[in-house]
Amino acid sequence: MTSIDMPWYLQLIVAAFLLVGAIVALIGSWGLAKLPDFYTRLHGPTKASTLGVGCTLIGSLLTFSHQQDGVSVQEALVTIFLFATAPVSAHMMGKAALRRRLPGVAGTRNMPNDK
Amino acid sequence: MTPSFRSRRFWLPHPLFSLFLALLWLLMVNEVSVAHALLGLALGVVIPRVTHAFWPEEAKIRRPLPLLRYLLVLLVDILRSNLVVALRILRPARHLRPGFFTYPLTLDDDFAITILASTISLTPGTVSIHYDAKANTLLVHALHLEDEAETIAGIRERYEQPLREIFR
Repeated sequence: MTSIDMPWYLQLIVAAFLLVGAIVALIGSWGLAKLPDFYTRLHGPTKASTLGVGCTLIGSLLTFSHQQDGVSVQEALVTIFLFATAPVSAHMMGKAALRRRLPGVAGTRNMPNDK
Repeated sequence: MTPSFRSRRFWLPHPLFSLFLALLWLLMVNEVSVAHALLGLALGVVIPRVTHAFWPEEAKIRRPLPLLRYLLVLLVDILRSNLVVALRILRPARHLRPGFFTYPLTLDDDFAITILASTISLTPGTVSIHYDAKANTLLVHALHLEDEAETIAGIRERYEQPLREIFR
């Protein structure tokens, strides 16, 4: 079974979701590369990538719900797990960075560990 | 203190969590049958039993309806937060004014605090970094900190108050 069997409007919607997801993920990765210090870089993965993956998964959900009979729910599960785990990993990385006294970018306000 | 073998607390310390695990199993195998339902229920009994030592006290959800509203608000805010952060990334870095601030908690339930910390991390430009159990404060890093007091008041009103309602 190929994607040609899908009606054109569904193809359009799926393509839009995939495109938006890809763009958001790209912006997130770009932020990872260009933001000035460790603490600001933490913000990219927790936000931009969750929406990026979320959009991609909605596209996948629509495709497979159409191809197989019935709703495919595994994508929804992936989204839930992602939203539940992303803050935890960000929290742990931030904590480790604080412990190691990584310096923030110049101009960071209320930098902890500043003696 | 270990509950006795015959009590409900021994076999089902977290009944809602057990049910959730069973449902999760059915969703993961993507198929509803008696065999999988039984397997899911078995997992729902075994997993909470094994991980029981790591659990804080049983969290009590007093009101399910505000919880639903809270999740909806959170979903919208995650979308908003993505846009805000994406725009900040695209603009030149010198516009950024990152900073830390200490958020004094008024919640005292461990589970509620966990949810609040996760919420802060998922919403506009803030990541919670450290929880100080003694002072009952959260250390939060903001990608762009304009007005500390305003940010704290925003979190208090938008997330902490509803959580107090739910877990009271």
